[in-house]
Amino acid sequence: MTIQTTALATVLALGVALPAIAQDCPVKVGVLHSLSGTMAISETTLKDTMLTLIEKQNAAGGLLGCEIEAVVVDPASDWPLFAEKARELLTVHEVDVIFGNWTSVSRKSVLPVIEELNGLLFYPVQYEGEESSKNVFYTGAAPNQQAIPATDYFLEELGIEKFALLGTDYVYPRTTNNILEAYLGSKGISEDDIFVNYTPFGHSDWSKIVADVVALGADGKRVGVISTINGDANIGFYKELAAAGVSADDIPVVAFSVGEEELSGLDTSNLVGHLAAWNYFQSADTEANAEWVAAWKARMGEDRVTNDPMEAHYIGFNMWVNAATAAGSVDVDAVRAAMYGQEFPNLTGGTAVMLPNHHLAKPVLIGEITEDGQFDIISQTGEVPGDAWTDYLPDSAVLMSDWKDLECGMYNTETKTCVQTLSNY
Amino acid sequence: MNRSFIARNPSVLVFLSLLALFTIMVTVLSEGFGIGIVSTSFVKTLGKTLCLCLIAVAMDLIWGYTGILSLGHFAFFGLGGYMIGIWLMYERTRQIVATSLSEGILPPTPEETEAAIANQIFGVVGSSEFPIVWAFSNSLVVQLILVVLVPGVFALIFGWLAFRSRVTGVYLSILTQAMTLGLSLYLFQNANGFRGNNGLSGLQNLPGVTAPQSVVSLWFFWASAVALGLGYLLTAWVVSGKFGSVIRGIRDNETRVRFLGYSVESYKLAVFTLTACISGIAGALYYPQAGIINPAELAPIASIYLAVWVAIGGRGRLYGAVIGTAFVSLVSSWSTGGQAPDISLGFYTIRWVDWWLVLLGLSFVLVTLFAPGGIGAIFDHLSRQSNGRGTS
Amino acid sequence: MSVPSPLPIPESSPMKTMFPALLAALLLLFQPVVAQSGPVQDLLQSQRALIEESSRRTIGPAIDALADSGLPQVQSVLQAWRSKDMWQRKPDGHFFAATKNADGTYGLTDFETGEAVGAYPKSELAQIKPNSGIRALIATALVKFQLTDPDRALRAAALASISRDPEGSLLSPLRTSIDSEDDPDLRARKIRLERLMTMSFDTDNGARVAAIEEMAGDLGVDFRATLNPILTTRIMIVAKDDILDENIAADLAPGSEMLSREAAYALLVAADRARPVVTGDDRDAALEANILGGRIAGKPIAQMNTETARDEAYEALAEASLAPAFVTSQDIDAALSDHRFVEVYLEPSSDVTDAAKAALEISEAWVAANQAVDLGLDALSLASIYFLAAIGLAITFGVMGVINMAHGEFIMMGAYTGFVVQQLIPNHTVSLFVAIPSAFVVTFLAGVALERLVIRWLYHRPLETLLATFGVSIALQQLAKNIFGTQARPLTSPGWLDGAWVINDVVAISYIRIAIFALALMFLCLFLFIMKRTRLGLETRAVTQNPRMAASMGINPGRVNMLTFGLGSGIAGIAGVAIGLFAKVTSEMGGGYIVQSFMTVVVGGVGNIWGTLTGALMIGGFQKGVEWLNPSNTLAAQTYMIFFIIIFIQFRPRGIIALRGRAAGD
Repeated sequence: MTIQTTALATVLALGVALPAIAQDCPVKVGVLHSLSGTMAISETTLKDTMLTLIEKQNAAGGLLGCEIEAVVVDPASDWPLFAEKARELLTVHEVDVIFGNWTSVSRKSVLPVIEELNGLLFYPVQYEGEESSKNVFYTGAAPNQQAIPATDYFLEELGIEKFALLGTDYVYPRTTNNILEAYLGSKGISEDDIFVNYTPFGHSDWSKIVADVVALGADGKRVGVISTINGDANIGFYKELAAAGVSADDIPVVAFSVGEEELSGLDTSNLVGHLAAWNYFQSADTEANAEWVAAWKARMGEDRVTNDPMEAHYIGFNMWVNAATAAGSVDVDAVRAAMYGQEFPNLTGGTAVMLPNHHLAKPVLIGEITEDGQFDIISQTGEVPGDAWTDYLPDSAVLMSDWKDLECGMYNTETKTCVQTLSNY
Repeated sequence: MNRSFIARNPSVLVFLSLLALFTIMVTVLSEGFGIGIVSTSFVKTLGKTLCLCLIAVAMDLIWGYTGILSLGHFAFFGLGGYMIGIWLMYERTRQIVATSLSEGILPPTPEETEAAIANQIFGVVGSSEFPIVWAFSNSLVVQLILVVLVPGVFALIFGWLAFRSRVTGVYLSILTQAMTLGLSLYLFQNANGFRGNNGLSGLQNLPGVTAPQSVVSLWFFWASAVALGLGYLLTAWVVSGKFGSVIRGIRDNETRVRFLGYSVESYKLAVFTLTACISGIAGALYYPQAGIINPAELAPIASIYLAVWVAIGGRGRLYGAVIGTAFVSLVSSWSTGGQAPDISLGFYTIRWVDWWLVLLGLSFVLVTLFAPGGIGAIFDHLSRQSNGRGTS
Repeated sequence: MSVPSPLPIPESSPMKTMFPALLAALLLLFQPVVAQSGPVQDLLQSQRALIEESSRRTIGPAIDALADSGLPQVQSVLQAWRSKDMWQRKPDGHFFAATKNADGTYGLTDFETGEAVGAYPKSELAQIKPNSGIRALIATALVKFQLTDPDRALRAAALASISRDPEGSLLSPLRTSIDSEDDPDLRARKIRLERLMTMSFDTDNGARVAAIEEMAGDLGVDFRATLNPILTTRIMIVAKDDILDENIAADLAPGSEMLSREAAYALLVAADRARPVVTGDDRDAALEANILGGRIAGKPIAQMNTETARDEAYEALAEASLAPAFVTSQDIDAALSDHRFVEVYLEPSSDVTDAAKAALEISEAWVAANQAVDLGLDALSLASIYFLAAIGLAITFGVMGVINMAHGEFIMMGAYTGFVVQQLIPNHTVSLFVAIPSAFVVTFLAGVALERLVIRWLYHRPLETLLATFGVSIALQQLAKNIFGTQARPLTSPGWLDGAWVINDVVAISYIRIAIFALALMFLCLFLFIMKRTRLGLETRAVTQNPRMAASMGINPGRVNMLTFGLGSGIAGIAGVAIGLFAKVTSEMGGGYIVQSFMTVVVGGVGNIWGTLTGALMIGGFQKGVEWLNPSNTLAAQTYMIFFIIIFIQFRPRGIIALRGRAAGD
């Protein structure tokens, strides 16, 4: 009763219309991850992560005196279907928050719906940035939390002078590589020393590309590969590298889309020593992580692994619970206001903070692939604040996102105007 | 002429009345104008299904009546979607950019506005210039014409080349499949100006329209119903006359029709192009309801599913195509939507999500083997019975 | 407080407060703790901060201190460090070599004495994890110890390290080590390395030129990687008539291909020799800064909505000296004509650069020729993969005229059979030789079942066959997902198929591709043998050409069709194993090959195996050709290949090798 009145008071105080009274029990959490189709392999894990987290929270007493109920739908790796299912979640099931999406295109598909209906989405995967929505919290890494630190590592720790940017042909690699090209330029790497190649999804014929990469070494500069190659195509790529006799000591590869899940069940002997950059590795040596890994394995089986997007959901969900508790309501605007400044301990040590630009401040980890399909963490930074608009592309450098004070996700700091309050989908 | 045509084809009248009844019913039950039983998302699903029915009618015309199994008609559907998407995206962005730039100190120059729009639209794929294919993006009229023109011309060129060299049967099927695969890969490339894998998004937001989606969804639902009705009428008219007899003749024995002095190639080309135009219109209505179009929509599998729908509905009957499409696509979305209950066998749980495609594939084999008439054959049977009673 | 370490703990260390308690606990747990100290440990402790920081930028002094200390244990310390076997004991910060024990604890060994110090749980220890940058530096430091090491592997490692990171100081130890080298292979590598390092590091230019000329035309990446840095240039700007005492590579005329006018002017601006260009942003900023009472240069702001209006207003401002004038084309020409742009070698000796340039030119001509050969091999390899995927189809579609859309799923089925066999038989070689026949059997049976249950009812209705088999394809694909999951499954090739046949640094082809090529050839022969030399082949040809006549000659068409279809499917299964080995096994792998396979058969000409072969060669060659023209976009190659095929079929609808006469009838 008291919770109800305070929640009501908060909502009224914020001057918000009352589309749904939040404290209708149970609290509903929408899970919008593909359970079939090409993305099922990655996204099903995240659905299970959400169910684990919700179960755990219910065991700890639920939220605001209510049981939390998960509403799971299957957008089937079909991008338009994501929009349809999001609308269904928000209008038919009337969920209070959605955790979901993996690919950028699915996020772009959902954005207009979420913004129209004032929903709340937690997006857990590393992405290309250049976007900011009032209704989305980006708990995965922005380019400056993964790509830029990894490139710094290449430049400073490995002394790489010539870069091969290899990617699958879709928007994340394209944008990331654009940012990296600009960044490398600012670090004095000339355009001639950057080789870019895009391959289709599931590409398997790598011999020519590997030969091209090896040939880059002909001018006596140290070559490194920054790989945004997605999914299955990685297998053929690493196989061809190994067949060409190229070891991680000769030409190191740092990948942004290869994690524990992708390596599980693979023969990793070809990959040992190559690198990956993430905000989380299962091998992180902390107590919280040991507990989380144990809980996951107990629920899903001994051979299952944890990975970075799972940690993003772990942090996102717990922050949302804490924000709703603080706001005394699950109303979207109240929770959003309470999210800013929320802190929650990372599984890798340190504390994640939710920033007014809807990104997290998280540490960046670089790991070397080991024989057993895990990563040996060889570098860990302090918390890096996520940046929605990159500083290295001239058109984006002037933009910033601040939903707390400026109430704008695309604020031009030069003209001091808000370009738009909706996101650019 | 038309009256006598409808009088000769009572099934057309029945279909149109049912479609009108259905449209009115959905409107009455909708959230936008009615009592709110049918949710907006379901209105969108129904509207999209109507568009799929329209392309299925086109597919029936080319396959069921002319005997050309095209496995690439979704290419035309997608092209129509892209053409309307280009205007929707441009105009929405232009309005945002205009508002934002008008807040600056100096009034914006046309060059500045163009650059800002281009940057907004293509920034995400790492470009900031308008590609040539967006040349008419600022004109709704031109883009609407292109919705018909681009698929039409594309089909005309492809068809002319193919029919001229007498590519027929399975060869043509494989060639059309290659065509849609090639087109899909072409659109997929970022450099070609269609925003690569991200495609065109946010298409459900009509520029300058402030009405809520519950209303907009009904507008599109009506438009789709009208398009389906007109498309059905046109197709039924085409197949009922002399033209229809010739194309059916081509289906049954191409050589004989050629020897009778008909220019088989011209007939085939005409049907191919006409169906491509209808597909383009269907696509242009479909994607603003779906909200996003991207190259995956043009993948060969989509066109093959189209053949599956028509075959299950019963080809060679226009209403069969409609029934098959509505039935399979709605069941498919029901069974993969998570609403269908899982069946637990104790040791193994059968999830609809996992087994639906197996079921669809097998039922397709069964229909092909044992019931070439599909679902439509049942209606044939019924109408034959009632006709028999009526005339005797 | 008795501190076992001879080193004082730094004031700022948080260890200071927790240290006594921890130490006490440790003393209780692990009696006795030997308080070691000695020159090695002292040295490590003196570099402790750097070692703990573990960054390539700062680690140099620590490695140098160790390498130059002259202590006998240095090599073992560096080797342990490099292989991540050096651990730190948390309580006192001492470094040890550690090995993991069976019970999960770590056994520490003292560097000084090589004696075991005891077993510790992981929580008491911290592993020192040098990243690969540091590992490379350590490897370089180790070189001088390892070059003459009795262990051949260590000597090889030293050579690898030098070639990755050549350093002038290593030239003389390398030279002295050549004489004592008795392994012929290593000796050759040492001599080659010595030649290369002579080019870069020898102090005598004559020796450098001699070394360069000796190796001119060599194809090695290492050779070119040595020469190219010698030819590094920079651009110098000098006044028109200045005389330059430098090793000049070329004079660059502004506006030429090497140096555009804009770039040349930008260089002048950067060197402060010219006024910067006024950009659009500069202009707008100046306009905004000069607004007076709602007007700019006398014109109302509202009129500033075209570029020309803004330019005019800016020019008015410039005339009133409120802003710098536009830099005109004449200004640029004037500035450019006052200066000379010279490309200058960093290397002072022109003898060396001339020799290097000449040598490199010869090499590059050779490299281009070899790259063409390599591209040809790649194309051949791709063609053999297409051929392998299509050969089963050449039987079912080409000979029997049956469109089997589930052909790709038979490929997948074969690959998954290989995967399952590999799960049961861990030895990769044995499992491969079991997998190939099992894949054949499994897909043969599946093919026979498909023929009996579906296809035989649909002969002479090709479109219906296409649709029905497509239904089978959907069902099989989803079934595979339900059984094996959506994740790609590994099919690991046996060790003897790893690696590549390296002809030189440019031309190389992996063994697995050679194996696929061989397999494709084998199947070609098998196909020809079965069709031309066996009873089945004869009967198949008979049934295909005239089933009634064949039946009246006593051939059972049903049986022949069944067996032929089974054969085609079985070959698809074996192709699946090969493709799985080379790429991956997923439920969708078949879909990726089906369109291409049909294309191969159709382009080549239906019903003729040589046609299929030519089709595969043409498609593979065309795709690699486009890739070569546009190396940054592999997707474009596939797109254009498809458009090319579509157009090709318009002109040769019956394929490259068309059957004539009766057999060509549909």
